[in-house]
Amino acid sequence: MSGSNNDMRTPLAKVRGLGSSHEGTQHFWRQRLTALANIPLTLFFVGFLIALNGAGYTEVRAALANPFVALVMILFLISGLYHMRLGMQVIIEDYVISEGLKLLTIALSTFFTIAVGVASIFALLKLAFGG
Amino acid sequence: MSKSPATRTARRERPLSPHLTIYRPPITMTMSIVHRITGGALYFGTLLVAAWLMAAASSQATFDWVNWAFGTWLGRLILFGYTWALMHHMLGGVRHLVWDTGAGLEKHTASKIAWTTLAGSVALTLLIWVAGYMARGAL
Repeated sequence: MSGSNNDMRTPLAKVRGLGSSHEGTQHFWRQRLTALANIPLTLFFVGFLIALNGAGYTEVRAALANPFVALVMILFLISGLYHMRLGMQVIIEDYVISEGLKLLTIALSTFFTIAVGVASIFALLKLAFGG
Repeated sequence: MSKSPATRTARRERPLSPHLTIYRPPITMTMSIVHRITGGALYFGTLLVAAWLMAAASSQATFDWVNWAFGTWLGRLILFGYTWALMHHMLGGVRHLVWDTGAGLEKHTASKIAWTTLAGSVALTLLIWVAGYMARGAL
């Protein structure tokens, strides 16, 4: 029976199913979702770089300013950066033992991810909007 | 302070189960470690992507400098390594997505898939670089 006296969890907690981390399977699920998205996006990125091999300043700018290229590149950056931020969190959690240092490095990793993303996406928007 | 046998045994080396240094590493273990290392490398590799995009969005001189740096012997070596890390992590990721469905977990199957991802990552990396040099008209 579900109304066991040994179960300390409230009915609400059981329904939410988020566990002690209050996140449930969110980290796992987003890691998989971004992983899936990264496959076609990475293949596009690699193909784009192959096609652009040896291209000069004007050619590269024109190619990146193409709306389709700019959009897919932005998606690639968002999905890829989100994925790597989740992955680095796991690496930090595995190897950094001190609780304070762990929190600090995860925060720094988040800042790094956002800085790389904002700088890259700003560059793409600048090119796309005629910079 | 305490000389009781109980305290002394507590300080003695406790037995450990066989670990990293005991086993001959199976290929699945090696690929798992490499997956994490390539992931970490790709993390910092995004700096190269950001540098390239920012250079393209700024002046010709900046872009030419970044282009030059990427084209040097060291630059190409780093980009070649980056390509391999990307391909290996991608194929390793596909392997994990397959495993997530519950398929391919049998010991020998898993080892075969691990070898395949390693061979596939090398093949794809070489293919990409050959294609790149062909696009450049250098081959």
